[in-house]
Amino acid sequence: MADTSNTQTQGASRFGRYVIYTLLGLVCLYYLLPLFIMVSTSLKTLDDIRSGNLIALPNEVTFEPWKEAWGSACIGVRCEGMSVYFWNSFRFVVPAVLISTLVGAFNGYVLTMWRFKGSDIFFSALMIGCFIPFQVVLLPMARTLGELGISNSIAGLIFVHVVYGVAFTTLFFRNYYVTIPDELVKAAKIDGAGFLRIFWRIILPISTPIIVVSIIWQFTQIWNDFLFGVVFSSGDRQPVTVALNNLVNTSTGVIGYNVDMAAAIIAALPTLFVYIVAGKYFVRGLTAGSVKG
Amino acid sequence: MGALSIREVRKSYGTTEILKGINIEIEEGEFLILVGPSGCGKSTLLSMIAGLDSITSGEVHIGGRKVNDLSPKDRDIAMVFQSYALYPNMTVRQNISFGLEIRKVPKPEREKIVAQVAQILQMEQLLDRKPSQLSGGQRQRVAMGRAIARDPTLFLFDEPLSNLDAKLRVEMRTEIKLLHKRVGKTIVYVTHDQVEAMTLGDKIAVMKAGEVMQFGTPQQIYDNPANLFVASFMGSPSMNFILCQVVTLNNGVGLQMETGGQTHVFPVNRASAALSAYVGKQVIVGIRPEKITHKVDFLAGAPSFYVAEAQIEISEPTGADTLLMIKINDKNIVCRVHPEYAKLQGERMAFMFDMSKTVYFDPATEARIV
Amino acid sequence: MSATPSTAAVPGVSNSGKFLDSVERFLPKLVLAPTFVVTLLFIYGFILWTGYLSFTQSRMLPNYDLVGFIQYQNLFDNERWWVALKNLAIFGSLFIAGCLAIGLGMAILLDQKIRGEGFIRSIYLYPMALSFVVTGTAWKWILNPGLGFEKVMHDMGFADFTFDWLTNSDMAIYTVVIAGVWQSSGFIMAMFLAGLRGVDESIVKAAQVDGASLPTIYWRIIIPSLRPVFFSAVMILSHIAIKSFDLVMALTGGGPGFASDTPATFMYTFSFTRNQIGMGAASAMMMLMIVAAVVVPFLYSELRSSRRG
Repeated sequence: MADTSNTQTQGASRFGRYVIYTLLGLVCLYYLLPLFIMVSTSLKTLDDIRSGNLIALPNEVTFEPWKEAWGSACIGVRCEGMSVYFWNSFRFVVPAVLISTLVGAFNGYVLTMWRFKGSDIFFSALMIGCFIPFQVVLLPMARTLGELGISNSIAGLIFVHVVYGVAFTTLFFRNYYVTIPDELVKAAKIDGAGFLRIFWRIILPISTPIIVVSIIWQFTQIWNDFLFGVVFSSGDRQPVTVALNNLVNTSTGVIGYNVDMAAAIIAALPTLFVYIVAGKYFVRGLTAGSVKG
Repeated sequence: MGALSIREVRKSYGTTEILKGINIEIEEGEFLILVGPSGCGKSTLLSMIAGLDSITSGEVHIGGRKVNDLSPKDRDIAMVFQSYALYPNMTVRQNISFGLEIRKVPKPEREKIVAQVAQILQMEQLLDRKPSQLSGGQRQRVAMGRAIARDPTLFLFDEPLSNLDAKLRVEMRTEIKLLHKRVGKTIVYVTHDQVEAMTLGDKIAVMKAGEVMQFGTPQQIYDNPANLFVASFMGSPSMNFILCQVVTLNNGVGLQMETGGQTHVFPVNRASAALSAYVGKQVIVGIRPEKITHKVDFLAGAPSFYVAEAQIEISEPTGADTLLMIKINDKNIVCRVHPEYAKLQGERMAFMFDMSKTVYFDPATEARIV
Repeated sequence: MSATPSTAAVPGVSNSGKFLDSVERFLPKLVLAPTFVVTLLFIYGFILWTGYLSFTQSRMLPNYDLVGFIQYQNLFDNERWWVALKNLAIFGSLFIAGCLAIGLGMAILLDQKIRGEGFIRSIYLYPMALSFVVTGTAWKWILNPGLGFEKVMHDMGFADFTFDWLTNSDMAIYTVVIAGVWQSSGFIMAMFLAGLRGVDESIVKAAQVDGASLPTIYWRIIIPSLRPVFFSAVMILSHIAIKSFDLVMALTGGGPGFASDTPATFMYTFSFTRNQIGMGAASAMMMLMIVAAVVVPFLYSELRSSRRG
């Protein structure tokens, strides 16, 4: 009696496993299909696209759309492809990521190890900066960038991304540093180390994981930003996301879906690359950045 | 000139006073223990000596120098922390020499000191490891090595053994004691463990709620506790406290004790004069478990001894002694009896009370009467 | 131990160190100062500035004469703003519900000691690494009425199948939901999975000993204990929903007409392409209030529970 019920549950559970794996597999397809469609479309000729269908493999693989997307597609009035904008993005993303991470590290260090009266209130005030919809700062910021003489420039974009990224990086570092025992800093103080030496010699060397998290998070956020890019830059100073949007929505002549897809993949490659190389840290950043505390 | 002198030191956060006027003075080379229950302010006091916490009022002098306004690095101290606080990114060698490096000690000198320290603590083979590769006891050792390397006037220990398991704790305790003997430096040591306090200290400051309850040698504190708190805090198993009525007895006074329906009047030879003011009132009698033992015939008649029979409620053999619990005046009383003479649970036996070291407290003020 | 030079150096250090000590004392505050100033000016100052603009008649250039609530009146008299609000409500609720359902479902399935879990998880999560513009571009192509999904169905023999949501005023906002859920549900799955892993296993064992079936255990014990995760997830998702700008711009551009406008695209259009700065500022302030309405209760409950804990 016990035996039969046992085999029954075993059979049921084996069936259950099949169902689970099938469901998981289907969901995998759901997530992967758009990527597959993007890649395969980007390798098709326009004729192939019109005659074949979305999920079919290309009849003959062509790299022309990629060449066009990279070097000669028309974005606005210029026909130089995505490359200009791709490098634009790098030129402001890299400095903005590094600066905001460094500032965040210092802030986190002060807010945990060198607290003073009012520092906790300041931290809460800063955290609210993570939550505001950026629309509420766009108009004043546009004017301020103009006053500072850095509107429509790489420097302007660096400035904006640092200003609104520091709240997140500070949160990362602060939450990481609260787990480090106070006694470590006390020991260093007694050993005679000061504020900066403790930071460079003791705190920073043990911060590698959170530095990676912060860099990856900031890189993804700033690279993928569209709002600041579209508001604060124009012409050949625009970031790659804005260029992609312009390319896709430029309705002159024949719509080159294959070129659109190639351009989209080009715009996505750096962040996808980071995700593949350092996915673990990426996930940690997501949870640390969005779940407060 | 005292090695460490703490004068009327106070600490308050806003309106709450953490330390309420601490006065402690110790000599060069002494081992001072700050002991007390958690929240008594002992760690805060240590932090203030170290310069990690500001002093609200009062003065701290180290080696004759007022250090109130000096930063920790200028106080010529070294500290061992509860969590060891080893720098995780540095090797043991670097951990030990970091403080020297900051003080611009030349490299050859540093290497010499590290080698010396490693030899003292027998950890030469650990020098190139990272803290994460060490066991708890080894980390403890490195933390001490880091302190020794600096050769300060004053060593501060903040509950250094509380993260170790029981066996290792006893080993390290001995080691610290040996180290103190060898280095001969002044040490301030914070602990909540009264056994550590008794075994390590030259002087003990028993603290409670921001005040020093008693400051003295371990033996003074054990034999002559200043008040009920010190008496109950120091000693394991804890001192017995019996609330009893003071009555006149012959020319002096006696104490009424009831056990198993039978009332005894214990004589109090030594304390008679002081207790006469309490006749008709109650006092708390403090008697250590080792002062209640089996009846020894040749002592039984002597002046300060009193024999009474009682029923054994619970028996706890510890090996060396057997702890027997009896009831006096409805309170559980622990007696320390040689296993050979201990009877079984539920049986009655004659106990001999040595009243010569008995202490008396006022029930209202908890202060020592005599 | 022999005396080291450190002892001898002490008095010297303390004398010349006085000045350094006081610098040392201000250093932490000095380090924090730039962020403090930036936060004060560029977050709080700018909010006030935008608030001020929303009470003016500013059009192409700011104008600082206060005119009261006229812009807000105009805003709420504007049909397009109402469409944007309605779209936010539709998109927000479906997006949140979709992400929660798929996220929780997948997390529970993945929690059944699945082989290759790490690999599957990274597939579910990769859309989060993409820009919403990329996602929008991809789904714009997939949902293309002529050549996209519709054609696939035609080729499969469903000749009457039509799928024109992208160009259908009534349905355009739902395409945003589809793309949004595709991008964000994996992340919610990761949050729930982390929550499931945090559930005390001994509680589950106790329930098993009590004879509860697996679905009962999930329904009665595990899912209720994920309450904080639900909370965080809803907060994050509503935040994404309210801020959603890039996805809409890339997918529908707010169209057809303004059928799929959201407050974010509304604000952008009025502020930067239609030169109605006053109205744009008013809509931005409304967005801030909507976010506050979501975030404040969340933070409040967070604070309360952390104080209790």
